[in-house]
Amino acid sequence: MAKLTKEFSKGIIAENPVLRLVLGTCPTLATTTSVESAIGMGLAASIVLVCSNIVISALRKVIPDKVRIPAYIVVIASFVTIVQMAVKAFLPSLDEQLGVYLPLIVVNCIILGRAEAFAGKNPVLASAVDGLGMGVGFTAALFLMGAVREIFGAGTFLGTGVPFLESNPMLIFILPPGGFFVYGILMAAVNRLAEKKGKPRAELRGCEACPMAQSCAIRKTDKEAAE
Amino acid sequence: MTKELFSILLTAILTQNFVLAKFLGICPFLGVSKKLNTAVGMSAAVIFVMALATAVTYPINKFLLVKNDLEYLQTIVFILVIAALVQLVEIILKKYIPALYNALGIYLPLITTNCAVLGVVILNVDEGYNFAQSMFSSVGAGLGFMLAMVMFAGVRERLESCDIPKFMQGLPITLVAASLVSVSFLGFTGIVENIFA
Repeated sequence: MAKLTKEFSKGIIAENPVLRLVLGTCPTLATTTSVESAIGMGLAASIVLVCSNIVISALRKVIPDKVRIPAYIVVIASFVTIVQMAVKAFLPSLDEQLGVYLPLIVVNCIILGRAEAFAGKNPVLASAVDGLGMGVGFTAALFLMGAVREIFGAGTFLGTGVPFLESNPMLIFILPPGGFFVYGILMAAVNRLAEKKGKPRAELRGCEACPMAQSCAIRKTDKEAAE
Repeated sequence: MTKELFSILLTAILTQNFVLAKFLGICPFLGVSKKLNTAVGMSAAVIFVMALATAVTYPINKFLLVKNDLEYLQTIVFILVIAALVQLVEIILKKYIPALYNALGIYLPLITTNCAVLGVVILNVDEGYNFAQSMFSSVGAGLGFMLAMVMFAGVRERLESCDIPKFMQGLPITLVAASLVSVSFLGFTGIVENIFA
């Protein structure tokens, strides 16, 4: 039980996918123009993450090692399709807000990364809990970004007006540059907190966390250059 | 007709830049833009794969999926086709055109899981583009990716020699710099509508 609690909680703070591991940057920047779409994106990705983690973990002894990445992609893409259909049917306004980013959950590196790093090696229950923790961490980070951008950029929070800012919104926050800016400042704040606690700063480890890392030649040439 | 195609091309490069306005392909944008030559190589490979992926997925979508009412399979079919295509291209290039393989080959595996390639294919379908329009929009998206990568590589080379406050070093300052480059692209708003007027 204590182990499961640890698997769950690591994804929220210590290994937060967005703020500590710097994964899934595309949806983080693109879907946080409002709190509503940020939460929608977070939940959609979390559902896919938990379901695909469960299935991949259950099939981990059946899937041959050589074709595991394509197999993982098929499992993930199936769940994305299911979520996509459900959102289209029940929440059409959310579907419009998320647009192309909903099908693009397929290539979200958090999901493929968890499949490769955790679900492919661990039992079903632990994988489900790991997916849930990572999903909550992802949703929380998106909520934080979405809240900052909506409050400053539109002067509202979940559609209700915020005093003063409502009449003077700073539009730049919900435009693309605002996304990069808020994420940068948030990373600086998180790094500062991490340093105070004696933890390393979050660096762009996109490549190391990438499921293609082992076959990727850029990393090989980088390593050779380092040696 | 030509006018329309060029307006699609320019929109994809300037006003709706894939990286800086649509946030697709952020990982390579932040990860591979440290040196100018890798940035150029990576972007060239992206343009090549985007054009090829569009050329292959367009007929599959039109003559296989839409005809049989299987549009809901688009996501799963496109990602598998792109993944298989990239592998195939890698093998063919390695065997028959080693010069091109040496220039682009090392970037190919990285592109399979790049959201920009799947993104452009899905966007073309969503917009209801015909074949020529799809090709122009894909090449434009690739060129826009290259423009953003090359510009940002220049910015980052400058950043290397700057004295940055400690708490902003590394990723935070990179993101803020990306924000400023993105502001500069906001300046293109409205240019495409007026350039052909």
